[in-house]
Amino acid sequence: MKAKSLISITDFSKEEYLKIMRLAEDFEANPNQELLQGKVIATLFFEPSTRTRLSFETAINRLGGKIIGFSDSSSSSVSKGETLHDTIKMVSNYADMIIMRHPMEGSARYASEISSIPIINAGDGANQHPSQTLLDMYSMIKTQGTLDNLNLFMVGDLKYGRTVHSLLMAMLQFENPIFNFIAPQELVMPNEYKILLASHGIKYFEHSEFTEIINAADIIYMTRVQKERFIDPVEYEKVKNVYILRNEMLKNTKENLRILHPLPRINEIHTDVDDNPKAYYFTQAKNGVYARMAIIAHLLNLK
Amino acid sequence: MEKHLKVSAIKDGTVIDHIPTKALFKVMKILQLEECLEMITFGNNLDSKAMGTKSIIKIANRFFADEEVNKIALVAPHAKLNTIRDYEVIEKRVVETPREIIGIINCFNPKCITNAETITTRFEVLSNKPITMKCLYCEKITNENEMVYS
Ligand SMILES: [Zn+2]
Repeated sequence: MKAKSLISITDFSKEEYLKIMRLAEDFEANPNQELLQGKVIATLFFEPSTRTRLSFETAINRLGGKIIGFSDSSSSSVSKGETLHDTIKMVSNYADMIIMRHPMEGSARYASEISSIPIINAGDGANQHPSQTLLDMYSMIKTQGTLDNLNLFMVGDLKYGRTVHSLLMAMLQFENPIFNFIAPQELVMPNEYKILLASHGIKYFEHSEFTEIINAADIIYMTRVQKERFIDPVEYEKVKNVYILRNEMLKNTKENLRILHPLPRINEIHTDVDDNPKAYYFTQAKNGVYARMAIIAHLLNLK
Repeated sequence: MEKHLKVSAIKDGTVIDHIPTKALFKVMKILQLEECLEMITFGNNLDSKAMGTKSIIKIANRFFADEEVNKIALVAPHAKLNTIRDYEVIEKRVVETPREIIGIINCFNPKCITNAETITTRFEVLSNKPITMKCLYCEKITNENEMVYS
């Protein structure tokens, strides 16, 4: 029998999203629950990601579990040429769950087919990183009280940014979202997502200018515009300072507006925003621990 | 003028007609005919009203299940299958694009895990004309032009 895993955000139903939200809230209220006592969780980071690993390992520790694993493949048997297949086979005999990050796309799906224990995908190349989306959703429901009827502004790299794509997919399950996409010409939201929104009868608007249109926003989801994404460096120079959020731009925005960012940020949110009560990205990162506790508890049927 | 095909008739077996000329050997490979010990005759670059030129394969004493034959839909979407019993055509079939394609093609995405380890590829077919499909591993969408046959 195959264990239940979390590989892509669409692996979960709306009911499961809402269950994760409830559990995360419960864990936030009571962070130290010994649900993982006697359990071993493997964190296999075939490529390093300190931020994600620490968040997961904090979640495991809060739940009273033990951790085995590695934080980058050069310090493991993988550097000796062991296949992913064999590593997963071996570790699934030792642990109760595997949390993995791997540079190849589809690696986590493949691991879930081999493994007898649940897998959480903590990032497979540029493909999926579903726990990020669940913590984004938890941050939204916590600050807005609902995931229905939200006006969501996504800003920056909407072409390659996997976090915005996953969030969009998840929000298809909720009532009446409105999407506003703000991106430079080179990095607009891919057509496949726009077609999907249209087929669900969901409204979306595209803009290339980052102006007072944000006054209608409930959530602004900022992403990084990376130089490497541009074929023409001149184009990058033209837009690099256009998609930066500054405190003065928030003057007439809604009271309930919150600003999210998957972090790390470079310069796309000016530091003068940090003290604004609408800035939520650091709390968002903290919410990640509770969302991950909820995912672990759900997949292991502990709650 | 000789109107019959220049490929000898078979008593029992299957005739696969209307294969695009360039797809003949791919079809042979997909149906694993290299390993078939029965008599196989084929014609390539035959005249075709509809296709310009076409290929035809006749396999004695071999009959195909739909799942088997639908695998060739990717390379020969207009192929027609005639089942032959005692020199008579007893059944005519067309191929249908399957909803899932297992094996046959490699993922075009160089960063896909299926290109790094020994994994049988799996694709969900999203549309038929043109054929687009989604790799069930890396989730990238590929179309006819990007397909790489394994
Ligand atoms: Zn792939």
